[in-house]
Amino acid sequence: MTRQQTNRLAKIAISLVAALVVLPTVFVILYVVYNGIGVISWEFLFTAPRSGMREGGIWPALLGTVFLTFGTAIAAFPLAIATAIYLAEYAGDNRLTRWVRLAIVNLAGIPSIVYGLFGLGAFVLFLNLGTSIVAGSLTLGLMTLPVVISTAEEALLAVPQEFRTVSLSLGATRWQTIRHQVLPHALPGIITGIILGLGRAAGETAPILFTVAAFYLPELPRSIFDQTMALPYHLYVISTQVPGMPLSLQYGTALVLLLVVLSLTLVATVLRTRMRRRRQW
Amino acid sequence: MHMDPNVSPIIAIEHLSFTFPDNTVALKDVTVDIAPNQVFVVFGPSRSGKSTLLRVLNRLSDLSEGAQRQGRVFFNGRDIFSPAVDVTELRRRLSMVFAIPTPLPGSIFDNLAYGLRMAGIRDAQTIERRITRALEQAALWDEVKDRLQSSAFALSGGQKQRLCLARSLAMEPDVILLDNPTSGLDPLSTATVEDSLIELKSRYTIIMVPHSVQQAARVADRAAFLMGGELIEAGTGRQMFANPKDRRTEDYVVGRFG
Repeated sequence: MTRQQTNRLAKIAISLVAALVVLPTVFVILYVVYNGIGVISWEFLFTAPRSGMREGGIWPALLGTVFLTFGTAIAAFPLAIATAIYLAEYAGDNRLTRWVRLAIVNLAGIPSIVYGLFGLGAFVLFLNLGTSIVAGSLTLGLMTLPVVISTAEEALLAVPQEFRTVSLSLGATRWQTIRHQVLPHALPGIITGIILGLGRAAGETAPILFTVAAFYLPELPRSIFDQTMALPYHLYVISTQVPGMPLSLQYGTALVLLLVVLSLTLVATVLRTRMRRRRQW
Repeated sequence: MHMDPNVSPIIAIEHLSFTFPDNTVALKDVTVDIAPNQVFVVFGPSRSGKSTLLRVLNRLSDLSEGAQRQGRVFFNGRDIFSPAVDVTELRRRLSMVFAIPTPLPGSIFDNLAYGLRMAGIRDAQTIERRITRALEQAALWDEVKDRLQSSAFALSGGQKQRLCLARSLAMEPDVILLDNPTSGLDPLSTATVEDSLIELKSRYTIIMVPHSVQQAARVADRAAFLMGGELIEAGTGRQMFANPKDRRTEDYVVGRFG
């Protein structure tokens, strides 16, 4: 074989392998859609489960996941943004920042069940919040921090250094510079990171297991200190804990969960593309 | 190295040394006075400390964390490094125009109003008046008066640089620091910028790192020649470029090195 032929062959082989990666994704989605689409109806989406969850819909779980997603955003946003601003704008390279960075990297590596246990110990019991939407949101928020912090820091650092220098040279203070010349340009990137983090949080089961999720609770939560059902945990329950459960309901639930997560990712992607297009520099 | 003793200097630099965190010595024991309402040119080979000198004057050098500085700088008789000095106010008095024209994202108007707004000026009429005058002084008014709300990034290179000059002028500073303001400009735009500088010195003190020795000779009232962070000599423009005292200045001016 000549070098050119080897080259061509290598390119074909590598492209094929890369294409293979797409297959499982497409297969999983199609499989869930195929098996689940049949039960999707107004009633399925917007009524509570009945007859030991073997009939009826998923409304409390769907709404619970929406609440938890918002709660996660509220819990993670301020802390993540403040940390990212500190790391990108104020902190140099010193012992403290190295510890902060190390902590963030390790936070990302902690298994989600450990977050669940931590949430149980810290929020549910120690802070006495009980199994509640607050406790669950704080736990999920903690879990999404690393992703949000690192995307936010990246977004801040992507703002050209000259904008800061020019702003300071025009007599702006450090904070005015961040507020007017850095944050506005980094915000779309930061929001993208948050939505991606939320997409992950919305689909997690382990962190909400001990902190908020109810096995079966047809009433909707009345306050943030109530328990709630949530889609991932509901899916786990009806797939493993309920004998005689119709398969179509399980696939329908999986499909809705998938759509929630995918739509969050889609929003993030669209936002990022639009931001890149609108950027002037 | 001192100037006309009858005029008190607007800036007095005394034994100024500046070393970057990586131990690069940018300035070594520089002492020089700068008179008001003149074009003072700081020239020399690359890496001779010119830009650093400019950046020390409005304390943008504070941004290089871990840098070492010795010596003192007086602006209107006050030590600019004294803890009592408000750095933002200092930077409004000594306004910098950078080598690469850097508009901020936003409209032409936003760019010009930015420094004023950050200084707490809210009155729309004041802002408008100062912007109009700054644009006129920077010889940009006629070209942009009908599109103040369009993006500053849509301007040509020469216009962008005059916008940056106008942005500094809108602050109504005492001193304008120009770090090679014509580096990216074609000869025609360069001439426009140089002409506006000569107009401006009746109102402002201009300290400038020139693009070339030729430019230095064209605009300088007084000049200082730096090499390796040391001040080799300073004098009137005429003397420095026609009749330098130091051999090294002469070699550089006639183009034997550089």
